[in-house]
Amino acid sequence: MLSVNRINTYRIPFTFEYYRPRTLREALEILRSVEGAKVVAGGTDLVVDMKFRRVEPKALVDVSKLEELRYVRLVEDYVEIGSAVTLQELVESEVVRARLPLLWEAVNSMASWQVRNIATIGGNICNASPAADTAPPLLAYGAKLLLTSLDGVREVGIGEFFVGPKRSIIRPDEVLQAIRVPVHPAGYGWSFRKVSRTSFDIAKISVAVLLKVDGGRIRDPRIALGAVAPTPVRARSTERAIESLSLEEALEVGPRFVEGDIAPIDDVRSTAWYRREVAKVLLRDSLRTAYERSLNPGWVHEG
Amino acid sequence: MRVRLRVNGSWVEVDVEPHETLLNVLRDRLRIRSVKYGCGIGECGSCTVLLNGRPVTSCLVLAAGLDGTSIETADYLAKTELGTRIVNALLLEGAIQCGYCIPGFLVTIYAALKSGMIRRGDSTEIARAISGNICRCTGYINIVKAVRRVVAELVAIGAD
Repeated sequence: MLSVNRINTYRIPFTFEYYRPRTLREALEILRSVEGAKVVAGGTDLVVDMKFRRVEPKALVDVSKLEELRYVRLVEDYVEIGSAVTLQELVESEVVRARLPLLWEAVNSMASWQVRNIATIGGNICNASPAADTAPPLLAYGAKLLLTSLDGVREVGIGEFFVGPKRSIIRPDEVLQAIRVPVHPAGYGWSFRKVSRTSFDIAKISVAVLLKVDGGRIRDPRIALGAVAPTPVRARSTERAIESLSLEEALEVGPRFVEGDIAPIDDVRSTAWYRREVAKVLLRDSLRTAYERSLNPGWVHEG
Repeated sequence: MRVRLRVNGSWVEVDVEPHETLLNVLRDRLRIRSVKYGCGIGECGSCTVLLNGRPVTSCLVLAAGLDGTSIETADYLAKTELGTRIVNALLLEGAIQCGYCIPGFLVTIYAALKSGMIRRGDSTEIARAISGNICRCTGYINIVKAVRRVVAELVAIGAD
């Protein structure tokens, strides 16, 4: 039997209840009262998972049209991003480009134009893929997530949010309302790099670096990686090891330590060995780029 | 669920099931067959349509959430002035072989030229705009040439 096309991706092969609340409050009430309800925003991950029957939710609550989740604003020393803002809207946001260049660089490299027009930043985070490209920049910036339920809002550091592949601490009755990202620290260089099969495919390895240079020495390096561990991770031991080193020393030392900060696996996209080797290379490239950009403080991404 | 959509300039009301995608509704309920089913998982771009003026892969969009939105498809856009230019350029450059991907390309190219995503017409800009559309026949070279031809025409007539 020919089994190539056993899965027909034309249709979602089961049905479910669908809610489109007009306010966040209404969404939270539905989530509290309807057993098995799941939040959907753009659906670019979820609809695919449903077509393959990897998940079969009984009910979906569509939050993508809620105005309360659709804004980007600069509030004092951080940028607050509503969770239902699309990836393309972030690429087009002047605030994100100028105030969060590391996040902008990552989002600009994600998916295709068609998918960026649908997919949301909140969906990318809540799907909790180890390969989510928004995660490493948000980890490096030390972003906070606002998780809202009928009981109120809790603020969680993004470092505590992910607990495993596709697993996070969000409760079924909670909605990720917004992401608070401290504005890019003055004088810091940055770099996001990834390797994927094609430009819009899911990353095999991604690296985000933020650092400052003081008298030719690296200060306060923040390094985060995607797709090389069960969750996106900060490379803490690498960060400690390259603190106060020159660029040349860091390029030598950093790759030796990064192996200890990650735990890659073999899967359809890569082998663990390949991920380890390329993580070292991407780290080197990113350290160099971030170092150089920190010496050109006026440099910004072209919109 | 009842959904009101402005499809190719006219408002229609359709009854949709929660599990139906925009692709399902356009092809099966509204019989708009220029919208092609390719991969069904948002990777090939054959099902690209404009949703409120922005290109999206209709295979990933749940139709039940689209009340009040505007949809434009390739057959409709092909009859506009810009669409006609794109179709002619694709033909003149020999950019069409089997043709299955072309409606999706047409929609993306149309949106990229309208929105200014393609402005100068250099290959980096074009490649970035059309990277979400896959063509398994042509190798893209003649498609890129066709886009350049349209950009040159628009410059010649002084369009922005």
